[in-house]
Amino acid sequence: MSAAHEQVPVNAPANLTAVLLVVAVTVGIGGYGLRSRSTPDFYVASRTVSPLRNAAAVSGEYLSAASYLGIAGLLATYGSTMLWYGVGYTAGYLVLLVLVAAPLRRSGAYTVSDFAEARLGSMAVRRTATVFVVLIGLLYQVPQLVGAGLALHTVLGAPAWSGTVLVTAVVLVSVITGGMRSVTLVQSVQYWLKLTALAVPALALLLVWRGVWHPGGGPAPAPVPVAHTASGHGGGQGLYSVYSLMVATFLGTMGLPHVTARFYTNPDGRAARRTTVGVLGLLGVFYLLPEVYGALGRRYAPGLAAAGRADTEVLLLPGHLVPGATGQLLTALVVAGAFAAFLSTCSGLALSVAAVLSQDLFGGDVRGFRRAAAPAVVVPCAIALLLPGSGMSVAHEVGLVFSVAASTFCPLLVLGIWWRRLTAAGAVAGMVVGGGLSAAAPTLALLGVGGCGRAGALLAEPAAWSVPAAFLTMVGVSLLTPGRVPAAASVMLARLHLPEALAAGPADRSAADGDRSSSAPVRSSRDGRR
Amino acid sequence: MGDPSRRVSVSHPRTRAARPGRRDAAVRDVHEQTPLGEVYMKALMRTQLRLGLLVCAAVFLPLAALPPLLGHVPLPHWARPWGTALPWLALGPPVYGLLVTAGICYVRRAERNERDFDEHVRRS
Repeated sequence: MSAAHEQVPVNAPANLTAVLLVVAVTVGIGGYGLRSRSTPDFYVASRTVSPLRNAAAVSGEYLSAASYLGIAGLLATYGSTMLWYGVGYTAGYLVLLVLVAAPLRRSGAYTVSDFAEARLGSMAVRRTATVFVVLIGLLYQVPQLVGAGLALHTVLGAPAWSGTVLVTAVVLVSVITGGMRSVTLVQSVQYWLKLTALAVPALALLLVWRGVWHPGGGPAPAPVPVAHTASGHGGGQGLYSVYSLMVATFLGTMGLPHVTARFYTNPDGRAARRTTVGVLGLLGVFYLLPEVYGALGRRYAPGLAAAGRADTEVLLLPGHLVPGATGQLLTALVVAGAFAAFLSTCSGLALSVAAVLSQDLFGGDVRGFRRAAAPAVVVPCAIALLLPGSGMSVAHEVGLVFSVAASTFCPLLVLGIWWRRLTAAGAVAGMVVGGGLSAAAPTLALLGVGGCGRAGALLAEPAAWSVPAAFLTMVGVSLLTPGRVPAAASVMLARLHLPEALAAGPADRSAADGDRSSSAPVRSSRDGRR
Repeated sequence: MGDPSRRVSVSHPRTRAARPGRRDAAVRDVHEQTPLGEVYMKALMRTQLRLGLLVCAAVFLPLAALPPLLGHVPLPHWARPWGTALPWLALGPPVYGLLVTAGICYVRRAERNERDFDEHVRRS
C-alpha cells in the first residue's frame, strides 16, 4: 500500500454516512418487494415495467464500478484512447437493438440458456450456455467486489475485506427477499443516484477549472504539466488493442446475463426496442461524466491515484480540487454513487446466475431460487477475498469479461435469431471454442506467456480473433451436421420475428401462448399471470 | 379533385366476397409455416436483417475509421475550445448523439416494416 493512502481520510464520518444511506435505500426499497410472493413476480416483476422505467433499470444495473470508477481512472492514467471504453459500453446496445432486442424478447427466454433450449431443443446446448452464464457472472462480479474493498479502504481507511463483505451481504439480503420486482425498482432509482452523484461534483470541478468558482478563496489551482506519458498502448499494438476492445464491447453487451434477463421484463418486442433506445440515451449522458473526471484528473493531479490503483481517481479528485467542507460533501456524494454501482451490478448478476442455477439444479420455484442465490453471491465474494490484487483496472477486467460474452453468446444469439440452419452441435462447438479461447488467452497473458510483444498483445486482448473463430466454428459445424437442424426451426423463427399484432393470430390466440411452448415447469408458471 | 364522397371503387364483384376467408388463411399460413407462410417470413426476416446490418454499417464503419485518424489530424486553434484535444471532443457528445439517432431511426424503420408486413399479410 502506498504511503499516500495510509492515513485515515479526514472526512471518514461523512463517507460512512453516505455508504450506509445507500445501503439503507437499497434494503428499504427491497423490503417493498417482500410483498412479491408469486413465482412470476419473483423472477420478472410479472413484466409490468414500462419502457422508460425499464431503460433506467437496465442502465442502473449495467453501470458498474467499471463505468463509474474504472473509465475515469484509465483516462487519467493513459489518456484519450481509453474513451473507447465508454463508447464501446454504449455502442453494444445499438448492436443489441438492431440484431437481438425484439426477437429475444419474443422468444420468451429469461436467460440465454432458455433461449438456447427453446431455439435448438437440446439440453446439451442449454447446459453449455448455463456454464458460460455462471462463468461470466462470476468473472464480472469479482472485480466489482474487489473494487468495493478498494473504495472503502480509500475513503474510510477500513480494511479492504470489509467493503467486499458489506456488498455481498446487502446483495444476498436484497436478492433473497425481493426478487426481480424490488430489484427493478432499486435499479432504476440507482441509475438516477449514480448520475447525480457523478454529475454534481463534475459540475463543481468544471466551475473550478474555468475559474468561475474559487472554493479555496485563492486562484484556481495551476495545471500540472503532464510529465508521465504512461501510455500502455504504443504504435500498431495500441491500434490492435483499440479494435479488439471495440469488437469485445460492441458484441459482448448482448451476451451479459443481467442484460438479457432485464429484457424479459418488457411486455413485448416493441417495448424491448423502445427500452433499448432509452438505454442508449441514458448511457450516452452518463459516459460524458467520466470524461470530465479523467480529463481534469490528467490536468491537475496526474498520479493522484497511486500506481496500480487508478480506480480511486474519481473518489479522490473532488476532495483534491475543492478543499473544505464542500469538498467533503462532494466526496461523500461520489462515494454514495460508487456503492450504488457495486450494489446494483452485483445484485443484477447474482439474480441472473441464481436464476439459471435454480432452473438447472434446484427445481426452479421460489425456494429453489433462494437456495441458488447463496452460491451465486458467496462464491464470487470468496474469490474476491482470496485473490491477490492484480492492480489491473476494473474497467479493463470487465472488458475481458465482455470478450468472453462476445465469443460465446453473441454468435449463439445472432445466428440463432437470423440463421435457420444453426444446429445444436454447431452451437455447442462454437461456444466451447470461443469461450475457451477468450478465457484462456488473457489467463496466459497474466501468467507472462507471450511477453510484451505482438504475441502478448494478441493474448491480452483476444476478442478480435476469438469472436470470428467462434462464429466460424458455429457456422462450420452447423453446415457439417445438416441432418440435425431442429424440425421446429421455422416455427420458432416465425415466433421470433412476427410482429405482435400478427402473433395474436387468426383465432385471436393469446400472444402469451408462444411463451408457454417450453416444457419446463418454471417457465409456464412464470407466465401464469398473462 | 372532386368531392371525395362521390368516388366509387371499381373492382371485380368477387373481390369483396372472397376477402374474409382469405384474410384468415394468409395469417394462418404464416402461423403454421406452410410453404407460402415461410415465403412471407423469409421476406420479413430479410428486410429486417438488411435494415439491421445497414444501421450497423452506417455507425460502425465511421467509428472504426476514427482510431487511426484521431492521433494524426491537426485541429486549428479556433476549433479547440479551452485547449481540448480532438479525441476528447470527438469521442464525447458527437459519438453518443450518433448512437442515439441511429437507434431512433432503426426503431421507426423496423416498426414500419412490421406494419407493412402486417397489412400485406392481412390484405392478401
